[in-house]
Amino acid sequence: MFRDLFQKKKKYATIPSQRWSNEPASDDEQPQERPKREIPEGLMNKCSKCGTIHYSKELEKNLKVCSNCGYHMRLNAIERIVMTVDEGKFTEMDAGLESIDPLNFPGYAQKLEQQKMNSGLRDAVITGQGEIDGHPVMLAVMSFDFFSGSMGSVVGEKITRAIEAADERGLPLIMFSTSGGARMQESIISLMQMAKTSAALARYQENGGLYISVITDPTMGGVSASFAMLGDIIIAEPGALFGFAGRIVIEQTIRQKLPDNFQTAEFNLEHGQLDMVTHRKDMKSMLGDLLDYHTGKGGF
Amino acid sequence: MAGEMPFEMPLVELRKKIDELKQFSQDKEIDFTDEINRLEERYRQMEGEIYTNISAAQKMHLARNQQRPTTLDLIPLIFTDFIELHGDRMFGDDLAIVGGLARLEGKPVTIIGHQRGKDTKDNIARFFGSPHPEGFRKSIRLMKQAEKFGRPIVTFIDTKGAYPGNTAEERGQSEAIARSLWEMAKLRVPVVCVVIGEGGSGGALAIAVGNRVLMLEHAIYSAISPNGAASILWKDASKADQAAEAMKITAEDLLGMEIIEGIVPEPQGGAHKDYEETAAAIKQELLHHLQELAGMDAEALVLDRYNKFRKIGEFVEKQISTSFGTPDQQEQGTEATEQVAVADEDSEHLSSVTNAFHNSDSTDALPH
Repeated sequence: MFRDLFQKKKKYATIPSQRWSNEPASDDEQPQERPKREIPEGLMNKCSKCGTIHYSKELEKNLKVCSNCGYHMRLNAIERIVMTVDEGKFTEMDAGLESIDPLNFPGYAQKLEQQKMNSGLRDAVITGQGEIDGHPVMLAVMSFDFFSGSMGSVVGEKITRAIEAADERGLPLIMFSTSGGARMQESIISLMQMAKTSAALARYQENGGLYISVITDPTMGGVSASFAMLGDIIIAEPGALFGFAGRIVIEQTIRQKLPDNFQTAEFNLEHGQLDMVTHRKDMKSMLGDLLDYHTGKGGF
Repeated sequence: MAGEMPFEMPLVELRKKIDELKQFSQDKEIDFTDEINRLEERYRQMEGEIYTNISAAQKMHLARNQQRPTTLDLIPLIFTDFIELHGDRMFGDDLAIVGGLARLEGKPVTIIGHQRGKDTKDNIARFFGSPHPEGFRKSIRLMKQAEKFGRPIVTFIDTKGAYPGNTAEERGQSEAIARSLWEMAKLRVPVVCVVIGEGGSGGALAIAVGNRVLMLEHAIYSAISPNGAASILWKDASKADQAAEAMKITAEDLLGMEIIEGIVPEPQGGAHKDYEETAAAIKQELLHHLQELAGMDAEALVLDRYNKFRKIGEFVEKQISTSFGTPDQQEQGTEATEQVAVADEDSEHLSSVTNAFHNSDSTDALPH
């Protein structure tokens, strides 16, 4: 199931196998014209920022960062976990939680099914225990490809359980955020997940728990204004957009002119909202180093 | 009467007719008593019909009525000796949130609330009741002050949402809201919140993490404004009325979902018809809930607030054996027994899950 997922790269332009003949293509008449020129689908990807074409394998090796412009392409939760944890060191928890349609909201039930089909995920976050550079940690990793990473009951519950588990097991907590905000289709219940997750963090952090928040592109609204901004240490990937109200909302409501780099990680670093901006290739070692600082071997 | 809503217009017109007839009968000295009595009867009937069936969309318009009482209108009618306190001590004083000291039946409390403007000039100064980070940070400061001196906290919620703008984003709107949620969760004094008008999104929730959350009868509370939802769903913000019905935003809806603990009745036709009656009803509820909470010690209050929000969420929980990267097991899992876990009864389940993990844990867990 997961392997299938890696081949579904609808985000990137692919170069399809094309016929070079001027005649209208018809499978019956020209079954084998220029078979050697055919390029398998998904062999190449195009950077959505600068347009550079990359071999997919090269891009994978480069952790899906454009070698030309440095654009950090969006990852789904599974890619992110594979990239972050030590090999084979991840045990998912609460995998069986699924959204229902508590408000009978128009179109929500169908949309949920569609999102599950398209992403291969059950909801917008995967949580579990893993190891990073040998340090055991609780992880919560969000996935933008499920319902724009929006937070409804399931995301709120899984994140809260992950925080509570970190508290009970005495583990550090690392959460990778990416989200369009609260899930509108669960209205007030979604909003309350902000309070729920923040309250769980308050308890965990007051008990001495270390929480590292990693903000990835994009993290907005209800997620940005709750657990994403409550890290003891907050890291963002280069170029990641994050903030409360999005550019379009601001432009439409108050017609304010906004700077080009508005709400990027760099903008937020400049305005004191972040500890650091860390390149994807350095993320794991940075997390490892930070965890190392908190292993409790203190005192002179 | 002032501040009639469109749905009240039939009543207004009928009242006008009755008055005209009365005037006419006086002027011409003709006896229309029977006719007038019949119309009065009809009026009462219509009144009953209109006011007992106020729809979500109509409530949305009532909640946004410019003449609806604001925080500063209600404070002197509920509390005495209000002393306003200003500023976040970091950047500025956001007039979209007001706060300070007051006495409720002689007992000191800290009161904090969103403040809409009463006219255009006032609205501009107060950003139409949409706070910047400094507003939330002022609120946090006043709450911690209340905690230090053992005062209960009362908050009034009335905002379309946090201010959407460059200046707010630069100064950390997200962090300010998140921090407010985080700090409120830890407060060791009673917190009672009342949604008095519009409870819009994170900007509303930021001061609404209370042991008790109440709503005025016609107040609304939602994750996104019905206008915003309509523009996302149907690409048409003018379908806000339709969205309002779908989103379950009324006090009754929220009480049913156990998001709030009580509804404060409004005068017939809405809070704007009688400020004093509205204030008296709020005061009664505040006293009731604060007296109830007075019996709890600090730890119990924090736990009570935690549990209130912890149980909110609706989902199903399917039994799945989870081993990352083994697709076959995952597929099987979907066919396994389904168990509806409407969150509040799953604390047992939670501990069983975590116990299972404890057993498989390595012993070199990090201390923290």
